[in-house]
Amino acid sequence: MSGGLFDIPSDLQNTYWGLVGLHLREALIPVVVGLVVALPIAQLCVRLRWLYPPVLWVTTILYAIPSLAFFVVLIDYTGQTETTVMIPLGVYSLVVFVPAIVDGVRSVPQETLDAATAMGLGPVRRYFQVQLPIAAPAIIAGLRVATVSSISLVSVGMLIGNQGGLGNLLNDGMIYHQPRLIWLSVVGTAVLAILADALLVLLRVLVTPWMPRGNRRSRPVDEPEPMQAALEDAVR
Amino acid sequence: MNVLHFINAFFGDSAHWHGYDGIPTRLREHIQYSLTALAIAAAIGLPVGLLTGHTGRGGNTVAFIATAGRALPSFGLLVLMFVLLGLGLTPVMIPLVVLAVPPILVTTYEAVRSVDPSPVDAARGMGMAEPRILFQVELPVALPLILSGLRSAAIQIVSTATIAAYVSLGGLGRYIVDGLYQRNYEKVVGGATLVAVLALVTLGFFWAVARFTVSAGVRRSN
Repeated sequence: MSGGLFDIPSDLQNTYWGLVGLHLREALIPVVVGLVVALPIAQLCVRLRWLYPPVLWVTTILYAIPSLAFFVVLIDYTGQTETTVMIPLGVYSLVVFVPAIVDGVRSVPQETLDAATAMGLGPVRRYFQVQLPIAAPAIIAGLRVATVSSISLVSVGMLIGNQGGLGNLLNDGMIYHQPRLIWLSVVGTAVLAILADALLVLLRVLVTPWMPRGNRRSRPVDEPEPMQAALEDAVR
Repeated sequence: MNVLHFINAFFGDSAHWHGYDGIPTRLREHIQYSLTALAIAAAIGLPVGLLTGHTGRGGNTVAFIATAGRALPSFGLLVLMFVLLGLGLTPVMIPLVVLAVPPILVTTYEAVRSVDPSPVDAARGMGMAEPRILFQVELPVALPLILSGLRSAAIQIVSTATIAAYVSLGGLGRYIVDGLYQRNYEKVVGGATLVAVLALVTLGFFWAVARFTVSAGVRRSN
């Protein structure tokens, strides 16, 4: 184990950067799938108001299932594979997205919708060109929470047959008494999470050019942001 | 070969009900870890959240702490602390507290800050001292959200305390980790079921607490 800082034991059959790629793939695919699935569910909840409370209940209960428990129960069906890690992460992302999108889309003022209708926009164009852009800050807030927690949770996949991306370094660090490997895993995962978060903040600035830049407190005082708190409720 | 069959076999085996590896012992350990971690996290998150929310200052710091706390992987942090500090409860408490502080801190901050300013101004106009405004006006209104933050933190702790078994501690994770190494799937599923049930009980507990502590007026307006 002389060699460079990023050298890792050969039993992992990968390079450090290979593990980084694996980690990102295992963390991000579920988030994207979760978002794609959440959009229609959320739209349904916006249309049919009675549907929202039961959906919220189901997601709250899903969110109470521990990741490790979720992983091991799935082993019986999908084996010790990446899929087994990605399914729970996708479900957790869904749990974060549905309330975020519903609250975001609902927060669009009725006058704005009426104006869009009066300008001749049909329901589909109105959804994509008016409702979604206005809901974008809320959706991206959800995206940030889902992405960061997904990146953090992938590591646990190490326990089910080394499917944990950078988390795989943890076990090797333990059995070979190499704290360096553990530092590589923890710092690497944290850096990935922070970078992903920063990119999403940038994305929000790009897709909402009408929002005031910089200081959050510059928004009107009488318009609090309970969104973030509601989201926090959905993180695991 | 289905999950229900394993659950049945696990709970039907009387050997799983006593001794140091029995369900009561492991459950007690798990609850002990979770409550300790939640107490420490609440002792950090609640006062800071109440104060920053009341004054409306430090929002960026709160957001920064929340992001940093969430970015740190609990499992990696656990292994790191175990390697640095050795066997004991502290290496388990650190990741659990790091995990639980952000939801408590952010929800408390947002809950207090988003209280309707007019009753707060009225209270101030009537000459109420700042601590009384915080505890008698803002806190009751903010309570449902604050409780949801605590609930979120508690469920995350209960779920994550499972990984304590990986660094040789007890708790319900013992069944999952041991079962995985022994290729004893019945044990794994049994342990997973117990953790999931405990998480749901936590959910129910906080629901009940909210029923009893949130004032009727606040509940109606929601």
